[in-house]
Amino acid sequence: MSGAGQSPPAPPSPTDALFRPVMAALLSYWLRQPLQLLTLVLGLALATALWSGVQAINAEARASYARAAAVLGQDQRDSLVPTVTGGGVDLTDFVRLRRAGWRVAPVIEGELPPDIGRLSVLGVDYLSLPPPDATAGEAQGVIPGEEAAPTYERAFAAPETLATLAPTARAALPPLAPSDMLPPGLLLTDISVAQRLLGRPGAIDRLIVLEPPAVWAPPLETLAPGLRRVAAGSALDGAQTGGVGRLADSFHLNLTAFGLLAFAVGLFIVHGAIGLAMEQRRGVFRTLRALGVPLATLIAALLVELLALALVAGLLGVAMGYGVAATLLPDVSATLEGLYGARIAGGLSFRPVWWLGGLAVALLGTLIAAAGALAQVVRLPVLAPARPRAWAMASRGGHRVQALAGLGLLAGAAATARWGAGVLAPLAGDQPGRLLAGFSLLAMLLLGAALLLPTLLGAGLSLGHRLTRWLAPGPLREWFWADTRQQLPGLSLALMALLLALAANIGVGTMVSSFRQTFTAYLDQRLAAELYVTARSDAEARAIAGWLAGRADAVLPLWRAEGRVATPAGPRAATIYGITDHATYRRNWPVLTALPDAWDRVADGTGAMVNEQLWRQDGIGPGDALNIGGAPLAVVGVYSDFGNLEGQVLISPPPLRARYPGAEGRRLVVRAPADAVAGLTARLRQRFALPPAALIDQAALKARSLRIFEQTFTVTAALNALTLSVAAFAIFTSLLTLSQMRLPQLAPVWAMGLTRRKLAMLELGRSVLLAVATFLLALPLGLLLAWVLLAVVNVAAFGWRLPMQLFPADWAILLALAVVAALLAAAIPVRRLARTPPTTFLQVFAHER
Amino acid sequence: MSARIPPYPFARRLIALLLACIFSGPALAQGFAGLGRDAQGYALPDPGRALDFPRDHGPHPGFRIEWWYLTANLRGADGREYGVQWTLFRSALRPGDSDIGGVNWSSPQVWLGHAGLTTPERHFSAQRLARGGLGHAGARATPFAAWIDDWEMVADAEVTEDPRPADPDALDRLELRAAAPGFAFDLALRAEGPLVAHGQGGYSVKSAEGQASRYYSQPFYRVSGQLFLPPGAGAAGLAVEGTAWLDREWSSQPLSAGQEGWDWFSLGLEDGTKVMAFRLREAEGPGFTSGTWITRDGQATPLPPGAIVMDPLEYARIDGRRVPVAWRLRIAERGLDITTRPLNPESWMDVSPPYWEGPISFEGSHRGKGYLEMTGYGD
Amino acid sequence: MLLEGRDITKAHGTGEGRVEVLRGVDLAMRPGESVALTGESGSGKSTLLHILAALEPADSGHVSLGGQDLGKLDDRGRAALRRRDIGLVFQQFNLIPSLSVADNLAFQARLAGRHEPHRIAALAERLGLTSTLSRYPEQLSGGQQQRVAIGRAIAARPRLLLADEPTGNLDEASADGVLELMRELVAETGAGFLMVTHSERLARRLDRRLRLHAGRLA
Repeated sequence: MSGAGQSPPAPPSPTDALFRPVMAALLSYWLRQPLQLLTLVLGLALATALWSGVQAINAEARASYARAAAVLGQDQRDSLVPTVTGGGVDLTDFVRLRRAGWRVAPVIEGELPPDIGRLSVLGVDYLSLPPPDATAGEAQGVIPGEEAAPTYERAFAAPETLATLAPTARAALPPLAPSDMLPPGLLLTDISVAQRLLGRPGAIDRLIVLEPPAVWAPPLETLAPGLRRVAAGSALDGAQTGGVGRLADSFHLNLTAFGLLAFAVGLFIVHGAIGLAMEQRRGVFRTLRALGVPLATLIAALLVELLALALVAGLLGVAMGYGVAATLLPDVSATLEGLYGARIAGGLSFRPVWWLGGLAVALLGTLIAAAGALAQVVRLPVLAPARPRAWAMASRGGHRVQALAGLGLLAGAAATARWGAGVLAPLAGDQPGRLLAGFSLLAMLLLGAALLLPTLLGAGLSLGHRLTRWLAPGPLREWFWADTRQQLPGLSLALMALLLALAANIGVGTMVSSFRQTFTAYLDQRLAAELYVTARSDAEARAIAGWLAGRADAVLPLWRAEGRVATPAGPRAATIYGITDHATYRRNWPVLTALPDAWDRVADGTGAMVNEQLWRQDGIGPGDALNIGGAPLAVVGVYSDFGNLEGQVLISPPPLRARYPGAEGRRLVVRAPADAVAGLTARLRQRFALPPAALIDQAALKARSLRIFEQTFTVTAALNALTLSVAAFAIFTSLLTLSQMRLPQLAPVWAMGLTRRKLAMLELGRSVLLAVATFLLALPLGLLLAWVLLAVVNVAAFGWRLPMQLFPADWAILLALAVVAALLAAAIPVRRLARTPPTTFLQVFAHER
Repeated sequence: MSARIPPYPFARRLIALLLACIFSGPALAQGFAGLGRDAQGYALPDPGRALDFPRDHGPHPGFRIEWWYLTANLRGADGREYGVQWTLFRSALRPGDSDIGGVNWSSPQVWLGHAGLTTPERHFSAQRLARGGLGHAGARATPFAAWIDDWEMVADAEVTEDPRPADPDALDRLELRAAAPGFAFDLALRAEGPLVAHGQGGYSVKSAEGQASRYYSQPFYRVSGQLFLPPGAGAAGLAVEGTAWLDREWSSQPLSAGQEGWDWFSLGLEDGTKVMAFRLREAEGPGFTSGTWITRDGQATPLPPGAIVMDPLEYARIDGRRVPVAWRLRIAERGLDITTRPLNPESWMDVSPPYWEGPISFEGSHRGKGYLEMTGYGD
Repeated sequence: MLLEGRDITKAHGTGEGRVEVLRGVDLAMRPGESVALTGESGSGKSTLLHILAALEPADSGHVSLGGQDLGKLDDRGRAALRRRDIGLVFQQFNLIPSLSVADNLAFQARLAGRHEPHRIAALAERLGLTSTLSRYPEQLSGGQQQRVAIGRAIAARPRLLLADEPTGNLDEASADGVLELMRELVAETGAGFLMVTHSERLARRLDRRLRLHAGRLA
């Protein structure tokens, strides 16, 4: 208030003067509708939370991969790898290349023996690639008084990796220094040390190209015809390179899909809440406009209001997302490690990538959800009657377009299933192409089904109506069907969300359960022997075998070599096993397809069995000749090999040792009566002073494998539950929204003699009916989803295919969950209906609103 | 207080510093980058043993440090002056393993190469590092070769020229190559005089405490060959001719702290005389000087401490460092009083650690060309 | 007596905001009688209609329909009474949007258990709705919708037809037509007909006229 003596303030611009009262008028609505406000904010926050949570996990994992890939700049440097054989890079090739002006550095990679610790080792030539933080490591006094130690004897690892190292591991490793540049689970050391740790003296796995060769340097083909150049960042074998990235990408694609799904579900909620708020304030809008508020001011005020709400909800959502991610990250870590052997850090950083993204998505989502409502405000004539319009009631024409689009997508999905890999593989590369096809198929399937849902439900309810009229006519029953159908447009978004959540649940659940069952059966087959012994040396293995000879039913030495096999796509790392012919294998091995005399040919050294990874991904099958260690062997069979990423070959020991003189024979497969295993284990351990890890009995191994497996799918389960909850919330919001608009629809029925209680029960029944109907449609969709996951995505990502199995008990549980969700979602609106005072109904008739 | 410890030529310190940067611990980082340690376990030079060629052209892995160090003053077909440096260092990270043949991934031997090329306007430098025990870097006496990756200094197997020296040596005819991003050279060297042993028969005493190295040179090379320069810096495949000087030295013994750096000259007088002269700078006092006067027929006379006087005349500012690039150098007993000028004041070796090394010319009592190496300025 | 009301009172709100809408209303209607209820805005017309229709209870007093005491009925009993004995027509929101015109017409009759297809067909004919039977309320004009509402109320053969400004949204000619229709139909069935209206003109066309003023019948 300005005093009388003061000069009058400049008159505010009309817009400013209007803006605040308009804003106040708009915002006052929320004060009177706190539940609606809560719904809006919570819905948006939930959606943002799931989205940004998933993105946070992805960002964290990607950062870990990037660290892994960027170790010593490997992500930017080409590599030279052997073209065929499994022998690695010859030292003479390395020297010849260096002498010819190729600046290359030797690298060895591998996994430490488990008795030291679960660590990947990357050995580089410290002189070509100086270790990271060399001086920093020193400054921290990692090896005080050790300055005289040979300087190659130093290793580096991420601080979190060092923190988890057991004292025994430290004792077995060279002096350690922390380095932030390294990914978790990786030990970087000089190649000479790495060769020793990995037990592969003199071995080189590949060469890193440090600088482009001089223009006058002779070409690679002349210098080292046994090597080929692989571009930086492209697929390489080993834990640190693209191989993991490619596979883990599919996992992250999965996560992102989940996140998107959750966000879409959240958008349904926001759409509902905003639509309701707009609808109910139509009177206010009209009055404001009639009072002379320009349309632009009104729209601006609405936008400000929406964006403020979105910001608040977005911040809340990002905070919740952080919680989601922090909770799930250990599981994701476990999943990735279990499935892919990739390691990501356990800690979560607050990366701008995802929290800014989360906020942006919240704002964008709000605008998308509000666009329609705002457009209506724009079109609203100043003197339009304030008759409530059922904003959510889509026109029948709209339905038809939607259904057609859905059909189109389903047709697209079918086409992708039939031809997709063929089209996409040439574009994106073979395996990524197949993966891409798989995921496109999933997307089209889900979206198409969702779009078709309202039409299908409408048809179903129509049928129900007709059947009722024909078989059990009754005014209430018929009204129930007709009215349920009438509610469909308003609920369809929420029901689509439910459909997707249920289908994802069924699909993923079926996949996981199929996986578990097959895996268990497979373990029974693969782990047929009672005891597995790993000696410290070949000589010790022979000694143990000799000692066991009279005491066990059978002792089968198992030879092993790391090699590479030639595939049509190029060389591929593979573990070559030399197995001693025995009924243990012949009887139990999970053979998928084989020539009639397969085991005989393996036994006599003329045949090889390959795992299904080589079969499905690289097309190596029975009848092919496989180049193993420089000489071909006939492939005579294929066996299933779940959970493995690498190629694997079984041959007989003599050809193995001929090809790989360095092959190790430290393992023994021991058959013994089950009740004798414990005694044998104890005596073996005592007599040969074997470390605990050296003796694995079948039962323990199975238990461990299953534990890893269960861990692997924890995330999936958690995300499933979250998605279902969000879908339930969407239904709740939609019902709440509808319940306010339904008074005019219900009032005449009430006036004609229906109690509020009965009306409420009918509303509850309607909610359950819709949930059940949606579930019935979700079931086939979910099974289709499972099929795509098992037969398309899995094969592309992992190279194994699982027989699909059905789990009706799980469906029943899910149906119950869906019904409970529908009941819970309907509970509050129905309670409100049952308690609506008659006067509220009467107001419908009493005055114009 | 002990007598001044004469410096090894700079390279020793350089390699020690470099290796310290790459590898090593606090103890190595102090003082003279680890040279403060004694020679425990390493071989020691034996004054009673004469130099033995061609065996001594090859490596001496029992010693801690060793190098093959060549500098060349060149004139191009374009009439301009150029300079080339090629150096191979060997360093043993720990004593005891003197076997240098065969494959050994854990070999303590480490090889380091430096190459430099100077034009009046530009200076190029590059570095190579390699572990021993694999074969991509090394040296051998017969047939002579010293190499690191594609850089090499090797005996020219197809010498047909006449007249051959009366007493041929494996180092008489060499091929020298190096290539790096931006520059390359390919030179043929022909010795026109004998090998020259510094000190007493190549036993070069470095201090009153008896520290010493084995040190000999071949200062009489005539050079022809080609330089490869990037566009704008000179012609590609530029033909050059000139002179070159090769130093061979190995030792195991340490230096003490307190030295700031040194200035090392190799001079070729117009009458064919060669002079090696260096000064060790110290924080206090005039520093320590030493050198060798070599007549045109190869007669070498040590220049005792104090015989050489060096005074900086002009400075250049390179990357914030103040480096003396023009000198007055006097050797009164030989009647030498000259002023040296660099071909390119910015002959900065951008390796780790960096130093100044480049061709010079001089006038005064004598005229001629040579090479100057200066360390310890800045950093 | 078809309908009897004695000393009906009703107040809305509580405390300071309490408004006594009806302050002791007495009225009676015979079967077949048509009565107009008039009065200025806020005089309590609609409230009285709602109480008579068993949509809400009175605070005190006595209401009986066909001898049945409305005050003794619980929510369920009132709902049953509305289903069987009362026909209601409001100014708007009469129809069930999810049902077709035919279903709307038959709806209350079926609820009341008095569904007679022939009668409804005849009624539709009378109301001029035959061609719109398969349509939905949203597709009809206001007058048509109101005719469906009337038809639906009549089809159930209520003992009492209550209408609250049934022609409020209609023009004069349509209003006259609608009212005439209601009178005829009521006369045919012998039901009582009570209509709340503002319009003196329409009120004059009924048998009797009650005027509500300050919560009492004048």
